[in-house]
Amino acid sequence: MKPYLAACLLVASAPLLAAPIDSGQSRIDFTLKQMDIPMQGQFKRIGGDVTLDPANAAQGRANLTIQIASISLPTADATAQTKQPAWFNATRFPTAQLITSSIKPLGGNRFQFSGKLTIKGTTRDVSAPFTLSRQGALSVVDGTLPVSRLAYKVGEGEWADTDTVADSVLIKFHIAYPSSK
Amino acid sequence: MKPANNARYAAPMVLLHWLMAILIVTAFAVGLKIWSLPLSPLRLKLILGHKSAGIAVLLLLALRVIVRLASHVPPLPAHMSPIEQRLAHLGHLALYVLMLAVPLSGWAMSSAYGIPVVFLGVLHLPEWIASDPTLAEQLRWLHRGLNLLLALTIVGHAFFALKHHFFDHDGMLNRMRLGGSRSMEK
Ligand code: HEM
Repeated sequence: MKPYLAACLLVASAPLLAAPIDSGQSRIDFTLKQMDIPMQGQFKRIGGDVTLDPANAAQGRANLTIQIASISLPTADATAQTKQPAWFNATRFPTAQLITSSIKPLGGNRFQFSGKLTIKGTTRDVSAPFTLSRQGALSVVDGTLPVSRLAYKVGEGEWADTDTVADSVLIKFHIAYPSSK
Repeated sequence: MKPANNARYAAPMVLLHWLMAILIVTAFAVGLKIWSLPLSPLRLKLILGHKSAGIAVLLLLALRVIVRLASHVPPLPAHMSPIEQRLAHLGHLALYVLMLAVPLSGWAMSSAYGIPVVFLGVLHLPEWIASDPTLAEQLRWLHRGLNLLLALTIVGHAFFALKHHFFDHDGMLNRMRLGGSRSMEK
């Protein structure tokens, strides 16, 4: 009887266990403006875990790690350039990290997270609304987060010029993780 | 001798010829500069200007084709043999085809890279090729190859025009001279 009880307890506490995200289904895209012309890019490798039960959102949290080297921009030149020290300095700072500190329900399937985003060794407070939906066995978080690239020193020296690349970059996150029962 | 005006291209054709010549030579020179530069803010700014100059060539070409079909085209000098005349016409056709193909290949390359082309900062041109990095690289080489052909054809074109004017003394350059009929000395 004892092992059965233990298993029951484990299942019951599952919603509070962090679920590793489904890396294959999760993506982070971003839009930057180059001389007023929008350009898309993405990070292809994201890891981490999410605990989020809509019924108990305040207990939810997320911890995401983005592999800088998985960045992709329209041209191979640009992709290579963004790993350089003036941009992300991917060798010294191979990952970016988002850790939430609170998640608030906004009604319906909408929520708002607050947390800390670390890019290139710089940590800033961030907050953004997102939606939570179910797609089969997965729960999916979708939202956008505008960030100032200069606040993280992404694009230094000649690249700090915002006439060439605008300061504001719009991050679009789409994070999928197994739904808790 | 025919009346002077008959031996000349119509004024709009002359204007378009020289306007496009300036734009094409400029776009070409800026293109070479872009090629030589590493990725930098200057390179991005030059590419932006280069694209607008190239799209302007495309728009003016459409106008030029209409004007050419609608206006008087002076016959080639009578001293040219039928074969020479045929070759001259083929050369001109090649110029028209390349003036279309070169900017189109540039636009296609940008489109395949997924980089929008915005003419003069206001007119968003359609992206007519789906984003495809491999295809974009191929189109980049196509743009280079077509540019090489265009450059060679333009050099040949200028060479023969000058040869006619200064060696054959047939007043070839007057056909495309700016400044109206009063400049017809010949
Ligand atoms: C008459 C029109 C044009 C001429 C004579 C011209 C000429 C050139 C030349 C000589 C180059 C350098 C070769 C190279 O780097 O590959 C170049 C590069 C380039 N052209 Fe054009 N071009 C024209 C129109 C256009 C148009 C309409 C566009 C796009 C809308 C365009 C986009 C580009 C781009 C993006 C490059 C840089 C390619 C790279 O990254 O190396 N061009 N062009």
